[in-house]
Amino acid sequence: MGTPTPLRSPRPRSRSAPGPQGSFGRRPSVALTLVTGLALLYSVVPLIWLLINATKGQESLLDSFGLWFGSDFALLDNIAATLTYDDGVFVRWLINTVLYVVLGAGGATLLAMLGGYALAKFDFPGRRAVFAVVLGAAAVPGTALAVPTFLMFSQMGLTNTPWAVIVPSLISPFGLYLMWVFAAQAVPTELMEAARIDGSGEIRTFFTVVLPLLAPGTATVLLFTMVATWNNYFLPLIMIRDPDWFPLTLGLDAWNDQAATIGGEPVFHLVITGSLLTIVPLIAAFLMLQRYWRSGLTAGSLKG
Amino acid sequence: MTPTTTPTAPAPDRPPARSRPRRRWTGWGFLAPFMTVFALVFVAPILYSLYLSVYRDQLVGGTSFVGLENYRGALTDPVFWDSVSRVTLFLAVQVPIMLFLALLLALALDSGRLYGRDFFRISIFLPYAVPAVVATLMWGFMYGTRFGLVGNVNDLLGVTLPDPLAPGVILASIGNIVTWQFVGYNMLILYSALRTVPHNLYEAAEVDGAGQLRVIAAIKLPALRGALVIAAIFSVIGSFQLFNEPSILQSLAPNAITSGYTPNLYTYSLAFSGQQQNYAAAVAIIMGLLTMVIAYAVQLFGMRKAV
Amino acid sequence: MNNRASRAAAVGALCLALSACGSGDDTAPDVTAEDVATALEEGGEITVWAWEPTLEQVAEDFEEAHPGVTVDVENVGTGDEQYTALQNALSAGSGLPDVAHIEYFALGQFTIAGHLVDLAPLGAEELEGSYTPGPWNAVQGEEGAIHALPMDSGPIALFYNQDVFDELDVEIPTTWEEYVEAARELTEADPDVRIAADNGDAGTTTTGIWHAGGQPYSVEGEEVTIDFTDEGTARYTDSWQQLIDEDLLLPVTSWSDEWYQALGDGSVATLVTGAWMGLNLESGVPDGTGSWRVAPPPAWEEGDTSSAESGGSALAVPMGAENQALAYAFIEYANAGDGIRTRIDQGAFPATVADLESEEFLAIESEYFGGQQVNQVYADSAANVREGWAYLPYQAHANSLFNDTVGQAYVSDTTLAEGLADWQEVSARYGEDQGFTVDTGD
Repeated sequence: MGTPTPLRSPRPRSRSAPGPQGSFGRRPSVALTLVTGLALLYSVVPLIWLLINATKGQESLLDSFGLWFGSDFALLDNIAATLTYDDGVFVRWLINTVLYVVLGAGGATLLAMLGGYALAKFDFPGRRAVFAVVLGAAAVPGTALAVPTFLMFSQMGLTNTPWAVIVPSLISPFGLYLMWVFAAQAVPTELMEAARIDGSGEIRTFFTVVLPLLAPGTATVLLFTMVATWNNYFLPLIMIRDPDWFPLTLGLDAWNDQAATIGGEPVFHLVITGSLLTIVPLIAAFLMLQRYWRSGLTAGSLKG
Repeated sequence: MTPTTTPTAPAPDRPPARSRPRRRWTGWGFLAPFMTVFALVFVAPILYSLYLSVYRDQLVGGTSFVGLENYRGALTDPVFWDSVSRVTLFLAVQVPIMLFLALLLALALDSGRLYGRDFFRISIFLPYAVPAVVATLMWGFMYGTRFGLVGNVNDLLGVTLPDPLAPGVILASIGNIVTWQFVGYNMLILYSALRTVPHNLYEAAEVDGAGQLRVIAAIKLPALRGALVIAAIFSVIGSFQLFNEPSILQSLAPNAITSGYTPNLYTYSLAFSGQQQNYAAAVAIIMGLLTMVIAYAVQLFGMRKAV
Repeated sequence: MNNRASRAAAVGALCLALSACGSGDDTAPDVTAEDVATALEEGGEITVWAWEPTLEQVAEDFEEAHPGVTVDVENVGTGDEQYTALQNALSAGSGLPDVAHIEYFALGQFTIAGHLVDLAPLGAEELEGSYTPGPWNAVQGEEGAIHALPMDSGPIALFYNQDVFDELDVEIPTTWEEYVEAARELTEADPDVRIAADNGDAGTTTTGIWHAGGQPYSVEGEEVTIDFTDEGTARYTDSWQQLIDEDLLLPVTSWSDEWYQALGDGSVATLVTGAWMGLNLESGVPDGTGSWRVAPPPAWEEGDTSSAESGGSALAVPMGAENQALAYAFIEYANAGDGIRTRIDQGAFPATVADLESEEFLAIESEYFGGQQVNQVYADSAANVREGWAYLPYQAHANSLFNDTVGQAYVSDTTLAEGLADWQEVSARYGEDQGFTVDTGD
């Protein structure tokens, strides 16, 4: 922290010095750290609980203290069991989720990037109406859309296929907003003008000049749409019936419900280990990409 | 919502576009892919919903046109209004608590007086990466008074904590799950906004001899206004659409979480369990309008207060 | 098939505007028994929506016996979740399975709308007399129609943890009066022990009322009666209310992790439920091996052996399924042919008379239940199921409203009888909304 990254905010330095702390240079305070530590505990303890309980077998899962290890240390066994249970269906769900994330979040980011750039840098009829309509639509409850979308999609033969999950994921109102704000600051109009004078077409200008400037904002939008698609539950719940196309969230829920099946085997330990395996990739992505999304977020949270 | 009230339009950064107007259709070319998909997955279903909402389909008797009958039914449906008041209560309590916590944390991060600030920032943010399904399953296990963490604490300390899944408590338990998931996210949004405060403002304040609290009140809070309004609007929408958490906890607490517990749960139950898709469409449309009105009110209130 | 034409047209119009659409054609020609034979020879592919785990093996055997046939068994959710999926597919007219697993209580919602293929002309009419009366009645329609073939049945029995009763020195109850008494003694002897776990469950309550001789529902075509004020219902609520009032039930939701745990660690001493529970105890409560036993359900009057059903399900062919002939061939194999054997070997409880009466089946000694010949108990119960019970034609949705109403008796001052009255009211209102004529006995 403290040093500007190469892709760092395009905002003029005079307004926001990126390096130093945005306040007086103060001595760290033990009291403040301790108080904030409470919030930290609140955030982290459940994750620790998850980690610890992923080390327990179905037997000792519930008869040992939640925040300490059980008599057995079965983490590796549990991971192996999770990955191989029911012919390795968990791996299939993982692959599905990755597919939905790559196409859904990737596509959503691309659409938001193009749309945000258009809103920020072009004046065109209906421009101001667009965002109001998009944000207004975002307020419509998911269930209002679920039934008609389901009926429409099944007429089109899309239900129970990956497209039923991917196509609706392509729209991210928040992503569009973020890209709009970001593009407004990050792309100097003079630069676009210069490219035009050089005879560059709009599309070429976008890919050669604009795209690189939008990178930090894109990384941010990508991360947020990734989280949204990775965590998607309601949409696949309605659209997908074939477990072979489940994403992880739906699969875990199915495992949790499996105990209620006649002759079904309770696999709560696999639910817990599966949950752990589900969040690890996202957390890793956040940690590794934090320098990118942080700068994009800074731009997005500008005072409106 | 009218175009002139677009709440989150980046006003300060609009000048570039306005200063050199290119009133052409090129912009639509870039916007077209988004708007095409948008038309397919938002506009078409909404129109279709409107269409559905004026019909009725019965197991016996089939489909008939009923005009506004479904809307009249919904407006006088006690189950629907119960669910609306429940999410309104949730909104009125959970959202302020979460945003206030997020604000305190953001100020703490920004104060420069924390040991290990980066560690705090990323750790508190982590729950955001946990899918709602996983978060709810996990908290559901912990909420167990017999074998869960709550039960463990009871045994260990010899106390009797209130059962988190009891009817009177469960809304708070859901609020806890949502707060846990999103407090770090909102903290980060607010913190990022604080980081855009021009440094020379602080220097000026220091020259004037202003204390920390004065700096917070005079510089930081005003700087956060926009971000807070956005966070509040998204939280309003999120609360009104509450579904995943109660839906998953329902299997643990079926008597506490009724089939019409939240408006979203109610429409889901109507449409998919009860096959009353037409009535569900009417309920959902009313709910969508309500959400928009409240989001709009939050925005108006937030903006005016700051003037 | 029914009145979805206008809606389908609207969807169609939308589709035209949007892009290519599939067409939901559900006017398949009538299929006969001959087509079934041809279909088996020709082969093909069918999709089965079922959550019954033993069907996987049945499907494999079926494929082996008929080369060229592919059976795809998909678990699209248990109970309600599956019915919802099926309803959705039926409304949309696409994405239908060829075979659907449906519990007896939920058949009504599909048959009333004409959503299930009549299996009688395909060969099912020859099977009359092969099944026990309860399940066979459940799949019968009007004018000799047969909507599904029974797969299993759930004659109730008393499952009890012998070790707990021995340790606390309490007699195994044989009547409901003794049951309530035993409940008191158990909890008195060990405050951590409850006679049963119940947190409000529609299936448990309706089965209890059935067993007590109540008949809250009756259905004649589009006329429905719902009346929870009859004598049998009162008999049930009186005794169960005592258990609730005296805090003698463990307030844990069925099928949750805590519930399984409680069945294993001895804190729940009995379960009165369908015969299929034996298989669930084996797979879900390995800790209970050797502790649990099975007895006939407690009687309402001394010497009375009458019984009831809990759950039980059938396989049906939805209207509009692509390969109806092959679908029926599979159903017959699974529920009237060699598949039964396969399923019994895996612990399932059949609905076929021949198997229920076979010496071999009755003589099976269950290791889990300490060597007891449990099938004997189940078969006796199956033979004594009280007649005259009916479910609502929309029971699945009514059940989803159970916890909103009767469930409140478990968490508040509402009594069971009041809860049932509320349930009656919301069920009646839904029925009226759906176009039924509902009589609530006032």
